[in-house]
Amino acid sequence: MTDPAENHASNYALELLDISCTFRSPGDAGPGYTAVGETTLCIRAGEFVSVVGPTGCGKSTLLNIGAGLLPPTSGTVKVFGQPLAGINTRAGYMFQTEALMPWRSAIDNVMVGLQYRGVSDAEARAQAQAWLERVGLSGFGDRYPHQLSGGMRKRTALAQVLALDPDIILMDEPFSALDIQTRQLMENEVLDLWAAKKKAVLFITHDLDEAIAMSDRVVVLSAGPATVPMGEFVIDLPRPRNVAEVRTQPRFIELHAQIWDVLRDEVLKGYAQQLRKV
Amino acid sequence: MWSVLKPSDKNLRVWQVGMLVVFLGLWQLASRDQQLAFFLGEPVKVAGRVWSWFMPFGFGPSLLFPDGLPGNADIYLHLGTTLLETVLAFGIGTVLGLACGLWLALAPMASAIMDPYIKAANSMPRVILAPIFAMWFGLGIWSKVALAVTLVFFIVFFNVYQGVKEVSPVVLANARMLGANQRQLLRTVYLPSATSWVFSSLHTSVGLAFVGAVVGEYLGSARGVGYLILQAEGTFDVNTVFAGIVVLTAFALVLDGIVGRIERKLMKWQPRTGETEKL
Repeated sequence: MTDPAENHASNYALELLDISCTFRSPGDAGPGYTAVGETTLCIRAGEFVSVVGPTGCGKSTLLNIGAGLLPPTSGTVKVFGQPLAGINTRAGYMFQTEALMPWRSAIDNVMVGLQYRGVSDAEARAQAQAWLERVGLSGFGDRYPHQLSGGMRKRTALAQVLALDPDIILMDEPFSALDIQTRQLMENEVLDLWAAKKKAVLFITHDLDEAIAMSDRVVVLSAGPATVPMGEFVIDLPRPRNVAEVRTQPRFIELHAQIWDVLRDEVLKGYAQQLRKV
Repeated sequence: MWSVLKPSDKNLRVWQVGMLVVFLGLWQLASRDQQLAFFLGEPVKVAGRVWSWFMPFGFGPSLLFPDGLPGNADIYLHLGTTLLETVLAFGIGTVLGLACGLWLALAPMASAIMDPYIKAANSMPRVILAPIFAMWFGLGIWSKVALAVTLVFFIVFFNVYQGVKEVSPVVLANARMLGANQRQLLRTVYLPSATSWVFSSLHTSVGLAFVGAVVGEYLGSARGVGYLILQAEGTFDVNTVFAGIVVLTAFALVLDGIVGRIERKLMKWQPRTGETEKL
């Protein structure tokens, strides 16, 4: 690209610079468990970046650091050029597991973030309703989470995050609990919403197909402990994409083979480590 | 014949009522013996006593009541006193338990300091505090309220404490990511989460509030159902004692029903067992 602002640091929405993170259980004098070691990961504004890696490699740790939920042991986190302290207020976080408040109906869940920000109840409700419509749940606002199906809960969670219009969206294997059809539907919806707003997305997944189909860039992490990025791949598939159809394109298959080459050894290593832990 | 009588879902009520009828019948039969009747009382006389307490009109001498059945309607002052004590203790105990539970669960240092004292206060047989409360608050209702509050408080306190400790960390992280400050977290996450625990404890604590009130009255008072029972016991009037027990049981059930009703209204977000997903 030729845009002169491209080189400016603040062009990055989220920068994780030389991050490492070590967990120490209280009372344990040992060196602790280093989940993430010396990792640098930068995401441009409007870029969709996926991080893939074997299970237990510290993907979620990385995301929690980016969200400000977890302070890194060393390294710096920058959000639009500013060092991050505390919660990353410009980011929305979509969790892997159930994060909706079970005591609030779907619409109340979507509007809660707006209420936190001091938006009046009527205004928040109207915006929440609009977001529920956008994720296809307009008639389900008064349902409680336990009355919704898994896919509907994920849509509600998505609306909850997007209602705040965050500049950075962090997603931690958001669709891993869904069946394959619902999953592809949701992936396409996320892509459509992203294409409309062009936010920076950091998407964590263990599903390489999903990563390639959705992203601009795929980062492969090594097996833990002390995980580091092993490789970076630019996904030059044309947009808009349909996640179900893009998988048959020759370029997709080529990229998949390239990335899988790197990922396979790490997956095997990670698997071996898990066996050893047991 | 047996296929109709065999206990099943359909004739459940019949069997339940049948049990009661058989029990009362046996009791009445046993009380034909004067000596046994002195200790066991007579169901008919117990019922008559309850009638006299509640109803403003009586009957003349009849087959069941050779001495006639007066209608005194004189229990309302006593029952009202006991219920007032119960409700006051229940309210005060619940609010105090909720406040202290929230505070200690959210302030780990304070909780660590208070821990041994809370354990001690909880394991102490708190009914023995009744004489002290009688000294402090006199023989009026407040000594009973104080006793019942100590019983209710700990139940609610421990449940709230547990409820706050077991808030889903993901829901908490999500609320923080959505921009909640400490006050908002308390109002929208901790409090609703603790409420579900509080309600599971309210059924126990409403019963204990009743126990506290009645035991307090029993140990020294001038009115209340516990006082009536104590008076009757003093004159070996076992029928009145049983009548008091029946009345207390009935009102404990009513209070429990009210709590259940409020619970169903406030906790409609909770999936109930047997409820199908309505989609």
